[in-house]
Amino acid sequence: MKTTNPWVRGWRLTVLVLLVLIVAAGCGQGGTLTSGGQDGTSQEPPQELKLATTTSTYDSGLLDEILPVFEEKYNYRVSVLSMGTGAALEVGKRGDADVLLVHAKDKERQLVQEGFFVDRQDVMYNDFVVVGPTDDPVGIKGSADAAAAFQQVAEKEAVFVSRGDDSGTHSKEKSIWKKAGTNPQGNWYQSVGQGMGDVLRMTSEQQGYTLTDRGTYIALRDKLNLVVLVEGDQALFNQYGIMVPNPEKNPHINYDGATALIQFFVSDEGQQLIAGFKQHGEQLFYPNAQ
Amino acid sequence: MFRLESVCKSYGSRNVVEIPGCVFTRGLIHGIMGPSGSGKSTLLRLLNMIEKPTAGQIIFRGHDLVTCRPRLSLQRRMAMVFQKPVLFEASVYENVAYGLKVRGLQRADVREKVLEALKTVGLVHLERQPARTLSGGEAQRVAIARAFVTEPEVLLLDEPTSNLDPQNVGMIEDLVRMINRERQTTVILVTHNVFQARRLADHITFMYEGKVVEDGPTEAVFTSPGDDRTRAFIHGDMVY
Amino acid sequence: MVIWDGLSQAFSLIITRDPAMMQIIWMSLLVSGVSVLLASAAGIPLGTWLGLAPAHRVRWLAQILYTLMGLPPVLVGLFVYLLLSSAGPFGVLNLLFSPTAMILAQTILALPIVTGLTMIAVRSKDREIRDTAVSLGASAWQVALTIIREARLAITGAVVTGLGRLMAEVGAVMMVGGNIEGKTRVMTSAIVLETRRGNFEMAIGLGIVLLALAFIINSVLYRIQGVGRH
Repeated sequence: MKTTNPWVRGWRLTVLVLLVLIVAAGCGQGGTLTSGGQDGTSQEPPQELKLATTTSTYDSGLLDEILPVFEEKYNYRVSVLSMGTGAALEVGKRGDADVLLVHAKDKERQLVQEGFFVDRQDVMYNDFVVVGPTDDPVGIKGSADAAAAFQQVAEKEAVFVSRGDDSGTHSKEKSIWKKAGTNPQGNWYQSVGQGMGDVLRMTSEQQGYTLTDRGTYIALRDKLNLVVLVEGDQALFNQYGIMVPNPEKNPHINYDGATALIQFFVSDEGQQLIAGFKQHGEQLFYPNAQ
Repeated sequence: MFRLESVCKSYGSRNVVEIPGCVFTRGLIHGIMGPSGSGKSTLLRLLNMIEKPTAGQIIFRGHDLVTCRPRLSLQRRMAMVFQKPVLFEASVYENVAYGLKVRGLQRADVREKVLEALKTVGLVHLERQPARTLSGGEAQRVAIARAFVTEPEVLLLDEPTSNLDPQNVGMIEDLVRMINRERQTTVILVTHNVFQARRLADHITFMYEGKVVEDGPTEAVFTSPGDDRTRAFIHGDMVY
Repeated sequence: MVIWDGLSQAFSLIITRDPAMMQIIWMSLLVSGVSVLLASAAGIPLGTWLGLAPAHRVRWLAQILYTLMGLPPVLVGLFVYLLLSSAGPFGVLNLLFSPTAMILAQTILALPIVTGLTMIAVRSKDREIRDTAVSLGASAWQVALTIIREARLAITGAVVTGLGRLMAEVGAVMMVGGNIEGKTRVMTSAIVLETRRGNFEMAIGLGIVLLALAFIINSVLYRIQGVGRH
């Protein structure tokens, strides 16, 4: 028949595209969507392992360096879920990840005691620094006492930007305010509920002060108008731990894989990889597994 | 063809149509006349089953339009053309083919009938044109072709020429006459144009405020109307 | 200037057809495309039904629909996360952090948009179209199909709007997809990641690629539906 009507063809084409996409999606679910990196080695397909971690470890690029070595050696494929520490702990508690690499030591220990996690080990630490404007109007540059510096910022009511998101960094900040005996309040104290990068940008724009992990600061340093003012205080050290959701409560998790990853992180090889990881020429993480 | 028994249609408390009894005979051209708002169009919509009467019965060739099931098979024995030709966003061909396609006819039959109908209304050359590019007169002719191509037993026309120029009016009136004579299709034509009613209709029904006030053969109604309102309307004295 | 660097970054991404980016683009298209198709498969009939029903009778449904059109993606993400979490009711399906989970979340997001806009499109078509179809002997189904066809431009608009919202959406896909490299990373979550990492040029580059992609998709969809044909 002579269809004189172009839109009939249009609809048929739409339906065709629809079918193709649905079929393609079906194939996609079949697991063919691994990244382009793995070209046909003859071994068995790698097992999947889900690692929930904080944005700071992932964004720094550390895991990009370490995980491929582990994947190659033990034939796993690690899916990294990077989120805030609070979210990572919650995801782990619900058994939605196989292993966690986070930095909230007190909270981690508490959750282990409550039976949510097992096999916790220290892996490494990095440190926090207090950053602020080059001209440092409050005058805390060179101080080795974070709490005292915080107190000065509060007294002068200089702008201080807080993560305000229950992240590891935020917990650290709160513990320092506590140590300083100050309850920060007022217009100068901005709790913004955003990631470290955003907080650093906001601090730089307003020429204020904030507490940051060194890694994120170094990565963004060129784009910021901020300098390190306080560093080296014991209170500023930031311990990373690795642990597994309790396999008795979460029988579906890949416990063997998780154990293998933990062993790798605390092994000499893993620890050396951590120590050797540099960004902009600076070491960001210090291995300290027992 | 149609028999109405105590038919009433109301919107809210307003009775738009109120007809105790009325008959439309098979094979004739019926003219329904009356001023605007007299309920002519609503009556046509009731006959075409687009709307249901609030009360009463409409009998179409022995079937009650309200209670009869399936509704569709009855409705497919009629066709209606509206005052404003509403054409689908498609070619002229597709528009005329619509009624045949929904009835599930074979493609070849559809093609044959559509071309035949387009020939009748003199628009074969526009077959592939998008309907929206047509002039008012062409559009109304397509709408009429689209209706009669389904070979209805009754063709309902609601002011089909009210927005057209005299040439197109003449063409459409010829068309209506032809459909009635050659196919023995009953035609019910709503119009407020007394001249058109006189030219075309065999039988006149005059409506006023929802009621039938005059009903009879055209010549009789025009030469000796029984109702003052009909007389005023026919002589153009009615203000409405 | 970061923006110029971003532009040149975008060009080099496109010219080299960076394999990681191609994978991300494919995942974006797959997830958002399938989601909008599923949402359309349900939303167009539903919207048509709502559009054909007397407005006063479906007023409440319409109001709920309008409200849902403004659903925050993160909220939908959280909802789907809790459903699919291993501690949740559908945990056994093991779908969390997979493209399927992302499709589920995005379908929920797009459904009210496609449904609502279809309803508006159908309502905007004159009652006369419906009467005409009925008078020509169309069954209830055929009437609905005719109206969908008559409103096809506006309905295409509804689908394109839904697709646009999904391709630009990051909260839900990040929440239930996990932004896993090579598996559930899409354009928007890659942009968030690059921004967080301080690679602004790359973020802007990806953003430009995303916009270009959206433009191409819209052009193609509108061409299929024949806008601008005379």
